[in-house]
Amino acid sequence: MEERRKERLDRGIKARTDGLYAIQSWRETIYLIAPRASLIIGLLVLPLILPGLYWQRVLVLAGVYALLAISFDFLAERVGLVCIGGAFMIGVGSYIAGSLNYYFGLPIALTIPVATLGGAFICTLLWLPCLPLRGIYFAVVTFMFPFLTHSIIVAGDLFAGTEGLSPVKDFPNIWISIYLILTMVLIAIFSLRRLCGEDIGVVLGGIKDNDQAVLASGINITRVKIYALFIASLIGCFAGAFLAHFSGFVGVSLFAVDFSIMPIAACIMGGPGTLAGPALGALILTPLSELLRGFGQLRVVLYCLVLIGFILFKPEGLLNWATRKYHQTERWVKV
Amino acid sequence: MKDQKEAIIEVRHLSKSFGGVKALNDVSFDVPEGEVLGIIGPNGSGKTTLVNTITGFVKPESGEVFFRNIRLTGLPPYKIADLGVSRTFQVARPFLSLKSFKNLIVPLWSPRARRFAGSRGGDRDTVAIDLLEEVGFERDAFVPYKFASALPLGYLKRLELARCLALRPEVIICDEVFSGLSMSEIASILPLIEKLKMKGVTLIMIEHRLRELFAVADNIIVLNFGEKLAEGKPEQVMRDEKVRRAYLGEEIKL
Repeated sequence: MEERRKERLDRGIKARTDGLYAIQSWRETIYLIAPRASLIIGLLVLPLILPGLYWQRVLVLAGVYALLAISFDFLAERVGLVCIGGAFMIGVGSYIAGSLNYYFGLPIALTIPVATLGGAFICTLLWLPCLPLRGIYFAVVTFMFPFLTHSIIVAGDLFAGTEGLSPVKDFPNIWISIYLILTMVLIAIFSLRRLCGEDIGVVLGGIKDNDQAVLASGINITRVKIYALFIASLIGCFAGAFLAHFSGFVGVSLFAVDFSIMPIAACIMGGPGTLAGPALGALILTPLSELLRGFGQLRVVLYCLVLIGFILFKPEGLLNWATRKYHQTERWVKV
Repeated sequence: MKDQKEAIIEVRHLSKSFGGVKALNDVSFDVPEGEVLGIIGPNGSGKTTLVNTITGFVKPESGEVFFRNIRLTGLPPYKIADLGVSRTFQVARPFLSLKSFKNLIVPLWSPRARRFAGSRGGDRDTVAIDLLEEVGFERDAFVPYKFASALPLGYLKRLELARCLALRPEVIICDEVFSGLSMSEIASILPLIEKLKMKGVTLIMIEHRLRELFAVADNIIVLNFGEKLAEGKPEQVMRDEKVRRAYLGEEIKL
């Protein structure tokens, strides 16, 4: 029997080893810039071609999920902290921004930065004791926090309890909110990718690989994990503060489990570890789940199907697959 | 002679048990500065536990370890490494997802390495590649850029050593650097150990390869069932009746 194997050949740039390029022509420059540019241009043009207000609002929601997915991906794949506390970040961020606006009438330009920074401090501080935990244990503890806060708010009738705070000031118009969230998604993607390439990013990756060896290298891993957790919380809490103003309302529904689970599905679908991939995953999954709104709770089944499907059949995710196709030609050759 | 040199590491009455097993039982010794101490013993005699307790990865039940009169016991591992006591792992623990030279960015980023680098701490990549060359990596456009997951064991062990050296340690504790290596690979690491000794670095070496160890060690400690069986010069230790018995077993009398 004739055996065949897949041969993979690099294309596009002549002189390179993985991750290092020697650019020799304009063609090669364009080859490198094209994927990044298409992401930026695509995201900026997308709101203009959407059919109506409804889908524009869906896009904004997708942006919020994209930020959460980026934050999850950064912590899970680049630092090794599996943090399923997206709902907690959203909740803390939105309650800070919402109550500042509702009780004190502060403007949006002030509430969002305060909520982003303050929320990140609170999240980091509360999760600090769990940082020595590894893997599934950290995941479980972070997963419990939204439920805990939800119950405290309802039981203590804090922040108007189950009714929530309303109205919270909305953005002046839809365009501002769309472009604010999409710009933040782009900033988050590119700055985190940059961070991961810096020396501190290498150290973070080292913690994921082998935390004992990082300890033996004379580095306080808890402290480095705190930095990473703070950065990820910044992103999540910004998304929360944004959502409070966007929906004009702050309530316990912002601690919904969706905010914790959806980023995982988006991350696995989009390509774990790529940062841009999870954002794309969120941009695909959110509209899809809106289309299935008629089926009510069955929407969760969608997440599960996506998770199972990608884990079984395409564990590398969409973006890793696309990157490979972009950089390499494949063909079957006889052995 | 020996007493004139000041002890850089003092181990005092260390004890540690796992369940019912006494891994270490009242172990005490000194390591004079600049010397090479070899620690040998049969499997399960507590050698690695000794390393783990000195470097803070395992907390002892009783006893203390001092480094230049600083109490190491109770400090977290990263503080001990920060003070200048560095270790390698018996099973090499590289960062498999990183390129070889990027592996060294981690220790070079540590506070201790940055204190040494001073203001010109900017280009860690160059320093990393220099370090790799120092431990015997080829300085070409290929090997330092290979992912650690693609390196053979001999290189991984050298990478472990380079990770220690990046911290400019005063004491290096090597947990079986020679194990699993071929004779030629060992021959390529030995000069490095000798060079470190010349530089005045204090070494504690845990080994099963006695011939290679005795070539470099000034003193030998023999552990057996967590207890110190013998201590002294290599030839002296090897003549010891108790040591022979621990390694070879009792003579069968017919």
